[in-house]
Amino acid sequence: MSTATARSVPHDQVVPGEISTPPGGRSGRDALSEMSNPHRARAVKDVVAKVVMWAAFFLAMVPLVWILGTVVAKGFHMLTTATWWTGNQRNVNSDDFGGGARHAIEGTLQMVGFTALIAVPIGILTAVYLVEYGRGRLAKAISFTVDILSGVPSIVAALFIYAVWVTAFGFSRSGFAAALALVLLMIPVIVRSTEEMLKLVPNELREAAYALGVPKWATVVKIVLRTAFSGIVTGVLLGIARVMGETAPLLILAPYTKNFQRDLFNGNFPTLPMMINQDRGDFALATAAERMWGAALTLILLVLLLNVIGRAIAHFGAVKK
Amino acid sequence: MSTVTGVSAADQTPGPDGRRPLQADQASTGRVGDRLFGGAATVSGVLVIVLVSLIAIFLIVQAVPALMDNSANFFTSRVWAPGGEQPAFGILEFLWTTVTASTIAMALSVPVGVAVALFLTQYAPSWMRRPAAGLVDLLAAVPSIVYGLWGLIAFAPVFKPVQSFIQDKLGWFPLFAPTGISGGTICFIGVVLAIMVLPIVTALSREVFDQTPTAHKEGALALGATQWEMIRTAVLPFGRPGVISASMLALGRALGETIAVTFLVSALADGNPWSWSLFNGGETFASKIANNASEFSNPNKTGAYIAAGLVLFVLTFVVNSIARVVIERRKAFSE
Repeated sequence: MSTATARSVPHDQVVPGEISTPPGGRSGRDALSEMSNPHRARAVKDVVAKVVMWAAFFLAMVPLVWILGTVVAKGFHMLTTATWWTGNQRNVNSDDFGGGARHAIEGTLQMVGFTALIAVPIGILTAVYLVEYGRGRLAKAISFTVDILSGVPSIVAALFIYAVWVTAFGFSRSGFAAALALVLLMIPVIVRSTEEMLKLVPNELREAAYALGVPKWATVVKIVLRTAFSGIVTGVLLGIARVMGETAPLLILAPYTKNFQRDLFNGNFPTLPMMINQDRGDFALATAAERMWGAALTLILLVLLLNVIGRAIAHFGAVKK
Repeated sequence: MSTVTGVSAADQTPGPDGRRPLQADQASTGRVGDRLFGGAATVSGVLVIVLVSLIAIFLIVQAVPALMDNSANFFTSRVWAPGGEQPAFGILEFLWTTVTASTIAMALSVPVGVAVALFLTQYAPSWMRRPAAGLVDLLAAVPSIVYGLWGLIAFAPVFKPVQSFIQDKLGWFPLFAPTGISGGTICFIGVVLAIMVLPIVTALSREVFDQTPTAHKEGALALGATQWEMIRTAVLPFGRPGVISASMLALGRALGETIAVTFLVSALADGNPWSWSLFNGGETFASKIANNASEFSNPNKTGAYIAAGLVLFVLTFVVNSIARVVIERRKAFSE
């Protein structure tokens, strides 16, 4: 979109792809030589802005690429060991090499899957309300609280669930309790992304449906949601990716276990972030450090996978539209 | 009115699938389906309000007994001894560390993030835009625990000389006074948090800048604006509400970031002297709570931590409310 914009602009400075020209380009230098002072100041400002933007980009890329590089370099070896994808950490001490991460991978996927099961319907319906139904005060209040919820720190969500689930109801800590905290964190992500997608659906489609006598709910379900479907799925996957790496709720609500554990409701629960946290305690030991980076890389790969699938769906959906 | 009846009806339907059969025979009137669906949507929305209210209520209810027993001033004391016969706890240190580190994070990440977003939407050559934006989006999705690990192991050794350099040269200024702590200082935490939220600010700002109407941009250029002037008069005003909400989201993350900070902080010993220095240690709300999750055995102790969490909640609430007001106002001006 923006590329098309720039191309259609009859102004030699904005044509993309002209990095071979020094910052400011031809017109910048022309301005410097030919124009009077105020114009010169403008041209200089323009050049300065351009240089600053380029510099900011490279400055920002340094730590970010460094992080990815560190994790890949230090964690890659672990992922190539045979037991990593099949075993667990049972009887593997900090100074033992290797072990598997399957328990944690499965645990993380199970937990976020369960979280999504609760958060996605609530999130999508709330977005539908805000876009299709909501008028007046209630809609404003809901939109405001979604903002508040999106600002709630994960540790506060965890404390809240602790206060309800453990202190008030007397249940013990479990994977389920952590999933409830993750639901709180996931709902606003889903609401906001779905809302954006629903807003993109052209009003003509709704009007055409109404003109054909289609009731509102059917219009929403069959026309609006269907048109926005790929975008919504993308939002959901990004939401899942977002909560997948949350550690604070797990720290408070779901103690780690080195064993396989499929029961969300009873006992300790293995997850990748907690596995990282576990080995972080002994990161001075090469064995634990390696496992820690391996778990971090695995977590990033899972997140990346969800992102890629999400974007592929968005792309595919966009083409169809 | 219809929403009221819809609420109760929707309670009995499990989800969108449960409503589908209605379509065949009742779509013609639209009444029942509309009530069910509209009702379900309303219920979901109201549920969000209820959840947020419950968070506040539960935190307050469980914090109050502990606060009543507190023998120290909750807001001005720096002691943290919530257990025992005479619990005494105050949040001054956490408040200072949390707010200062987040301020540093925002001061670094917002300008850079906006600049990178402008670069990606306005300046970058077209072959670069998609991959670079994809990289930023990926980094926005990288879990904070990874940033914590990287800060702890890879970045800390690099940052240490920078830190001692500033202390040497500017140590006379109270904010940069040396404190003898070299590892997880407030400043270091702020910088790591800045790097952590940078992709968030960038990704969200990029999205809004990308949506600037072509007509605005072309209008500015047609009036003879340079590229920078076009950005200043068309792109930035259009994107401002989005940038503000992106910043607030990032600030919320920074304020509440737990695991990365927990990895990095240097907790201060009891009874240490107060220092204004950014190179002092200290725990944030989130790290204090997370570090002591195992202490949640006794209700009074738990109450003290919940009270700290409540302050954090109020902090983020205030930040978000301010953002909301600012955005609403800007919207009113721009339309």
